[in-house]
Amino acid sequence: MPTDTQRLEVRKTYKLYVGGAFPRSESGRSYVVNSAKGKFLANASQASRKDARDAVVAARKAFNGWHARTAYNRGQVLYRIAEVMEGRHQQFSLEVSQSEGLSISKARAVVDTSIDRWVWYAGWADKLAQVVGSSNPVAGPYFDFSLPEATGVVAVLAPQDSSLLGLTSVIAPAIVSGNTVVAVSSFERPLPAITLGEVMATSDVPGGVVNILTGSASEVGPWLASHMDVNAIDLCGIPSEDEARDLEIAAADNLKRVRRPAEEDWSADQGLSRLTQYLELKTVWHPIGV
Amino acid sequence: MSRFEYAPAPESRAIVDIKSSYGLFINGQFTDAGDGKPFKTVSPASEEVLAEVSEAGPADVDKAVRAARKAFDKVWGPMAGRDRAKYLFRIARLIQERARELAVLESLDNGKPIRESRDVDIPLVAAHFFYYAGWADKLEYAGVGDDPQPWGVAGQVIPWNFPMLMLAWKIAPALAAGNTVVLKPAETTPLTALAFAEICQQADLPPGVVNIVTGAGRTGQALVEHPDVNKVAFTGSTAVGRAIAKSVAGTDKAVTLELGGKAANIVFEDAPIDQTIEGIVNGIFFNQGHVCCAGSRLLVQESVYDEVLARLKRRMATLRVGDPLDKNTDIGAINSAAQLAKIRELSQIGEDEGAERWSPECELPANGFWFPPTVFTGVSQAHRIAREEIFGPVLSVLTFRTPAEAVEKANNTPFGLSAGIWTDKGSRILWMANQLRAGVVWANTFNRFDPTSPFGGYKESGYGREGGRHGLEAYLAH
Repeated sequence: MPTDTQRLEVRKTYKLYVGGAFPRSESGRSYVVNSAKGKFLANASQASRKDARDAVVAARKAFNGWHARTAYNRGQVLYRIAEVMEGRHQQFSLEVSQSEGLSISKARAVVDTSIDRWVWYAGWADKLAQVVGSSNPVAGPYFDFSLPEATGVVAVLAPQDSSLLGLTSVIAPAIVSGNTVVAVSSFERPLPAITLGEVMATSDVPGGVVNILTGSASEVGPWLASHMDVNAIDLCGIPSEDEARDLEIAAADNLKRVRRPAEEDWSADQGLSRLTQYLELKTVWHPIGV
Repeated sequence: MSRFEYAPAPESRAIVDIKSSYGLFINGQFTDAGDGKPFKTVSPASEEVLAEVSEAGPADVDKAVRAARKAFDKVWGPMAGRDRAKYLFRIARLIQERARELAVLESLDNGKPIRESRDVDIPLVAAHFFYYAGWADKLEYAGVGDDPQPWGVAGQVIPWNFPMLMLAWKIAPALAAGNTVVLKPAETTPLTALAFAEICQQADLPPGVVNIVTGAGRTGQALVEHPDVNKVAFTGSTAVGRAIAKSVAGTDKAVTLELGGKAANIVFEDAPIDQTIEGIVNGIFFNQGHVCCAGSRLLVQESVYDEVLARLKRRMATLRVGDPLDKNTDIGAINSAAQLAKIRELSQIGEDEGAERWSPECELPANGFWFPPTVFTGVSQAHRIAREEIFGPVLSVLTFRTPAEAVEKANNTPFGLSAGIWTDKGSRILWMANQLRAGVVWANTFNRFDPTSPFGGYKESGYGREGGRHGLEAYLAH
């Protein structure tokens, strides 16, 4: 009971982030999210199969516009994400602290690293083609060059432990090259993910480029793995070997590019491997002559 | 126009010494197969039996993988890059020295025209070994970090359409990166791979670095599923690629797959017409259409449809179908009875679904497996001949009005291996190349290959690239 001098806080309703909007799960389901210490934090939406499919539709719809943007523009948009996150630093720190049971100062450091990671990936947008592409000296009168391109819709089963830095580290490398993403957040620690969705909605990221589902990766994962309009899947949020194998088998139906789960240190420099995982390489030949 | 008469110009097959039977090539030696039943390989142009070949069973595959592992651990892995390079250069030179023999052998076993095996396949095979030889001592410059490492033992399964070229695409980068290999050639075209085994012996390549196991699907499966194989590379059908992707799920094997295609070859009204007609013919009738990146869907702008079709048919009437060893031959034999049956079945379905079928008058040899160059008009996107890979000399023609419509139709397929664009307008070429969801785009040319040029597909055409720096990357852990 608040006293006259104590203000009652306005609590936040946490919803999904799909196609630039914040719907509840169409299933009507939600689940209890507790802090690392077991205190009630919120009821989060529990995404269903239909939510996953809606998110894929939104991601596919956004793909053509997003990957057709200039690399310069995509870099600006990613940097803008970092800018907007910086303004919500406190909120992220609190949520990461509650979710992961970290001291507020440690949580702040995690948020710092997360924001810096967006900045790092933002800078890659207009350098990928120079580092990954090539001009090919073929033995004949042809101009022949190879350029990286986005592979399409990427499903991401985000890390379960690292609620913000892990999520950032798996979404940023996919979208910087022009892919669109459907991400399933950490089940037990979903709150920073939804706040990240709010950042997306209020920065310059077109609706549908990033879609965030809260809920169970084990439940939603199979629908994404077997979805014929998903081009790649990151299984890092599936620690069970048997489950990961089953998802990889389902992913083979349309020959999705699969990233298998592996031990990862999210605070370490990421290198190029996640960036190049979701790229196709297009080689163009043209005769030379007068 | 009446056909020019040419005197026959047969290439002598005396240059090739085919043994009556071949064992498996394991640990540097030809050995008898332990647990498989031998099979025969025939010339598809005459059905003549060329040789009897061993079938490797699981125990043989295991022996080959062990030999490869030992060679990787003891010899090839620790060897200095410059020495690996020298072995690959040796192999490249030996291939050049024996080029004529290899071309004849390839045409005999595969059915492809000698003109193609002599002028395209074998020169490219040598070029691949030269190209990757130079990488062996420069791996730290390949752009994958300063200490890239080979995966270990590579299990490689290749198809029958370019038997020796696919071998080169697989073996050259694998060895350059420091891997050892067990390779399974296709059951209908094993002979040039076995000749390559002799070349490895002539090069004094350390035993076990290259192992060749012959056999069919069962042998390939045993190889792909062998627990001590670290890297799987496959070229072939999408159905088998899918099965391989499933079978390696949950393992830590690295995989590259180069699978089927249904390429759109797009002709605009301002295209240089003579080159375009040649490009269409090359796109679909090269190697009897047994090409995963073949331009099997011709998209013609409506305004030039009549002219393109008339000239295409006139050109098709001059194509010479027949003896692969005749230097005048344009279109050789279909590789196998089974493939011929598949081409016939899909062509019949094309007719049944209402498309109009046309072939020039052409006399096919009495023996062997033959199919005339064929074009289907009145094809809609829903027709199976416009959607499924036929892997034969069968072209489906569709039309479009605007560039946007061409893009939409071209991309309306689960495949994404290659595409062609024919137009005089440079800005349109670049715009189209941007829009097309395909791994290789040929503008005003088609079916060009080069070891420095990455090749591979989007979507269900598979993953990974072969050729170039990117092809090397597929054989390095990083």
